[in-house]
Amino acid sequence: MSGHIELSGVHKSFGPKHVLDGVNLSVPKGHSLVVIGGSGTGKSVMLKCILGLIQPDSGSIKIGGEEVSRLKGKDRDRLMTRFGMLFQGGALFDSIPVWENVAFGLIQGPLKMARARAREIAMMKLGQVGLGAAIGELKPAELSGGMQKRVALARAIAADPEIIFFDEPTTGLDPIMADVINNLIVDCVKRLGATTISITHDMASARKIADDIAMIYKGRILWQGEAKKIDKSGNAHVEQFIHGRAEGPIQMEVLKP
Amino acid sequence: MNFVAHLGRTVLALFAEVGRSSLFLKEALVQGMTPHFYWRQIFTQMMRIGYFSLPVVGLTAFFTGGVLALQIYIGSSRFNAENLVSSIVALGITRELGPVLAGLMVAGRVAAAIAAELGTMRVTEQIDALSTLSTNPYKYLVGPRLLAGVITLPLLVVIADTIGIMGGYIVGTKSLGFNGAAYIKNTVDFLEIGDVTSGLIKAAVFGFIIALMGCYHGFHSKGGAQGVGRATTNAVVSASILILAANYAMTSLLFGK
Ligand SMILES: Nc1ncnc2c1ncn2[C@@H]1O[C@H](COP(=O)(O)OP(=O)(O)OP(=O)(O)O)[C@@H](O)[C@H]1O
Ligand SMILES: [Mg+2]
Repeated sequence: MSGHIELSGVHKSFGPKHVLDGVNLSVPKGHSLVVIGGSGTGKSVMLKCILGLIQPDSGSIKIGGEEVSRLKGKDRDRLMTRFGMLFQGGALFDSIPVWENVAFGLIQGPLKMARARAREIAMMKLGQVGLGAAIGELKPAELSGGMQKRVALARAIAADPEIIFFDEPTTGLDPIMADVINNLIVDCVKRLGATTISITHDMASARKIADDIAMIYKGRILWQGEAKKIDKSGNAHVEQFIHGRAEGPIQMEVLKP
Repeated sequence: MNFVAHLGRTVLALFAEVGRSSLFLKEALVQGMTPHFYWRQIFTQMMRIGYFSLPVVGLTAFFTGGVLALQIYIGSSRFNAENLVSSIVALGITRELGPVLAGLMVAGRVAAAIAAELGTMRVTEQIDALSTLSTNPYKYLVGPRLLAGVITLPLLVVIADTIGIMGGYIVGTKSLGFNGAAYIKNTVDFLEIGDVTSGLIKAAVFGFIIALMGCYHGFHSKGGAQGVGRATTNAVVSASILILAANYAMTSLLFGK
């Protein structure tokens, strides 16, 4: 079965550093995939390769059967209308108010929505992530870290895209708000039928939002399978990761005192 | 040996830079200077580049016109040709000092500001976020700045010319003892339309250079606050040098006789 998103043999190096070393991944339409893996293993780089923000060195990336890794210019802009992305660092536009951030894709994108109408939708999306109308008038710098994350989330889903990437959506949120966000992501998949890839270090969140889980290690997908089966993966690396043990096959490069 | 290796690296880096900036220029022209236009952005940038540069450009022109009158008076009095002062002030301001000094002052103000703003947007992934919201960063960020530079610099220079000539007039009449009406008549009779238009064409080119260097260095900055700082410096230095070089080239090829 060919997936909605298909990666095969994707390589990416920065200078001498091999970050992605032949990533193969397939996400069926309407599925929610959670990618787990250690810090600095290339999870964010993988998402940026799919989005074309980073050009992979080799390999194929297909969206709905169309090869997209070499798309440029207008074709790339057109492809982007199908995506929503929550950046790990938020990446909010700091010179415009919060509501305009959320409405940005609606106003500037191909929809060319009128500002007043886009503003209403933005306010509604802000409500969904637990932020009131008063927040909409502030600048991003005036918000707390967790609030910025939620604004970024609202921006990613504002145009109801068919593919959404969430790079650490619940990092920096309190446990209750984290669960609200988990529900929202599940809702995006169920109600809108979106295909999503989420990156998280939070196993509770992973279990809640994932149909499938993939673990990335040393630039490759080490294990991929249904979320329910993660506890019986039979893979020592996965076991160590989901239980958060310092001892195991994965050795962190830290200096022992 | 070490020296040769160093030289080789420098030359390679230079070629890489030339290649990268040509690609940037091409993208900026193809994407940024063609419809559709972001009018709101263009207007904002015209205010920032043009309107807010008025005080500094005006003051520069005023003092330059004044000092020019003083110096030319000293020179021309040696040949008993004092009546040339007004014409040569007007010629020097419109053909040369108006556009060049306005260009250099605006380069210091605006190229730095553009590089700092876009550089920050680059390192905080805001430029990547633009792409994911189906907004071409060249169209949205670079195009409006280039257009604003090309449009506003000639306007600034018209004002600089006027104020510069006025500065000469004030010094001429108040401290060098010229008759006001004769000073004005000499200026107007002697000045040709080509003197003014050649200066305005130069100004448009300088406006383009300023915006281009600001955008280019901002777009390619990396590595946090220090990288943005470096981009800012490089933008001002390269814009200033290119302005002086372009000025010489245009004068010798197009406007010389
Ligand atoms: N633009 C870049 N230039 C050079 N190296 C980069 C760049 N982007 C990422 N890297 C390197 O690639 C590696 C993977 O980075 P990435 O951001 O994908 O990690 P990650 O898996 O998302 O980690 P985390 O869980 O901490 O977010 C890192 O070692 C990083 O240093
Ligand atoms: Mg990451």
